[in-house]
Amino acid sequence: MIKNTFSRKKYFALSRKMESEEEEKRVALPINCPSCSARIAAEALHRNLMVCPKCQHHFSLSARERIDLMVDNGSFQEIDAALSSLDLLDFPGYQEKLEKAWEVSGSREAIITGLATIGGHKLVLGVMESDFMMASMGSVVGEKVCRAVEQAMELACPLLICSCSGGARMQEGMVALMQMAKTSAVLGKFNQAGLLYISLLTHPTTGGVSASFASLADIILAEPGALIGFAGPRVIKQTIGQQLPAKFQRSEFLLEHGMIDLVVERSQLKATLSSLLGLHCGHGDGSYARKRRAKEPSPCPCDGG
Amino acid sequence: MVKRQFDYEQRVREIREKLEELNNLSSSMEFDLSREIESLEEKIENNRERRYQNLSPWEKVLLSRHPERPNSNDYISYFCEEWIELHGDRHFGDDTSVIGGIGRFNGQAVTILGYRKGKDTRENLQFNFGMPHPEGYRKIRRLLLQAEKFQRPVITLIDTPGAYPGIGAEERGQAWAISQVLMTLSALEVPVIAVVSGEGGSGGALALAVADRLLMHSNAVFSVASPEACASILWKDLERVEDMARAMKITASDLQELGIVDEIIEEPLGGAHLNFPEMAEKLKKALEKHLEELVSTNRRELLEQRYQKLRKIGEFRE
Repeated sequence: MIKNTFSRKKYFALSRKMESEEEEKRVALPINCPSCSARIAAEALHRNLMVCPKCQHHFSLSARERIDLMVDNGSFQEIDAALSSLDLLDFPGYQEKLEKAWEVSGSREAIITGLATIGGHKLVLGVMESDFMMASMGSVVGEKVCRAVEQAMELACPLLICSCSGGARMQEGMVALMQMAKTSAVLGKFNQAGLLYISLLTHPTTGGVSASFASLADIILAEPGALIGFAGPRVIKQTIGQQLPAKFQRSEFLLEHGMIDLVVERSQLKATLSSLLGLHCGHGDGSYARKRRAKEPSPCPCDGG
Repeated sequence: MVKRQFDYEQRVREIREKLEELNNLSSSMEFDLSREIESLEEKIENNRERRYQNLSPWEKVLLSRHPERPNSNDYISYFCEEWIELHGDRHFGDDTSVIGGIGRFNGQAVTILGYRKGKDTRENLQFNFGMPHPEGYRKIRRLLLQAEKFQRPVITLIDTPGAYPGIGAEERGQAWAISQVLMTLSALEVPVIAVVSGEGGSGGALALAVADRLLMHSNAVFSVASPEACASILWKDLERVEDMARAMKITASDLQELGIVDEIIEEPLGGAHLNFPEMAEKLKKALEKHLEELVSTNRRELLEQRYQKLRKIGEFRE
């Protein structure tokens, strides 16, 4: 079931150029919304940020599409782009899977990290790539998350990670599982440094990623209707032998159960992020945080530092 | 056909019974077979030793899940002259699949936390087959912070198929509860020694494995997901679970090679359950040694070493 949630059809690339006439023709076809079955013109879906205008179903985005959607135009500078996975256990079929993922996703790994500004606020950003082996976390994802956190500490600026993941990458065995501990440890330091970490959970965020860095944020946002949880619904259904409640493990369900701060529609995402970043940057009249920190004056990172 | 039980000992027992019968028969018929019988017994013993030196990873999985395998209760009662179990997460309930409390270990007050499996159906139902809900992880976190407050070293015992996959567990934030334990342990200002004594199943087990030292029983396993789950997800073929167990590198020696496990505690011939006092004594000695080293390490250094140990796990190309 988790796997199906990842099989994202390429409807319309927000950022990639159309490579051939054939592709242009294909994407120009109307698209059926998987949620309400409405037929939507590709152009209209694109204009609406890949959200169904009828039922608000949020189509999945590639990491690049999501970055373009969130950050200030042209502000993204990728870091650690060259990091790529090794078949460290000599695991049957892993190398071929990696090669296929490089081809399919156009990314080197299941997360893209970098520096950007949102609403003028500088931050370090990580966005997971659902097309890359179900955005599973192996050594590279763990390392890139840690380096992004460290980069944010160095710059004393906020951190935003947009997660989606099927969990730890089985082909890297325990080394993959240990990335949960590694990212949690680094975020512990980040937390001690008094810096802001915002986690955005997108469809689907499960397993080892949900039980480590994705959950350890100061503020947790989720896109509407995203599947979020530790165990996958199929495993739970098999274990308990019962039907699962409607909307179980969806963003709205988690909001109701107190697990996340906000469900944010895609159209509101950039504004919400800008506002949150602004409320934490220590600007404004008589900022208490700024006065408290005045003992060691450090410029606000959005002062063009 | 995939083996679901490790029945080698049973077969040895059957052969021994046959030999015994033969022995009785020979004495009643006044044939002297004692020399032959002795040499057969020696052969059995040699064969047994060879057999246990050549266990496949899947056989270790089966041994690590053996119904008679010593559980956390057994180790705690062996280690501690004094022991007080503490209960509850102060939010919702008390998770009996996690045992936690304060004990006196080798004269020193310590906090011990462990996943707890049962040994029969009644106990397994009582302890939920050693599979915690979020309450278990919240109890762990509460007792970790308590240990830090009172400067008690922490010992953890890992033997669980994983966190419980259920509706309530998800409703009450399984992922959040586990992530909090991971972060807390990574910076806990007291020495932490973790022991994989049986089955280390996935993230649910990992929550107690973030430590200054990770010890592991020689027949224990620790894996990213169960070999069954991996075989059915990656290969869509449960019959290939033995190959999967091998490919995943889940045994103590594999994990020592990968730099995840610090020391292997050799089990008695046939597994921990066949000679518990020997097993427990070996583990106790190892714990004493590590504890002594860690207790005399300066606190800042201890934390830095733990952090660096975690930080460098992973291999990649740059």
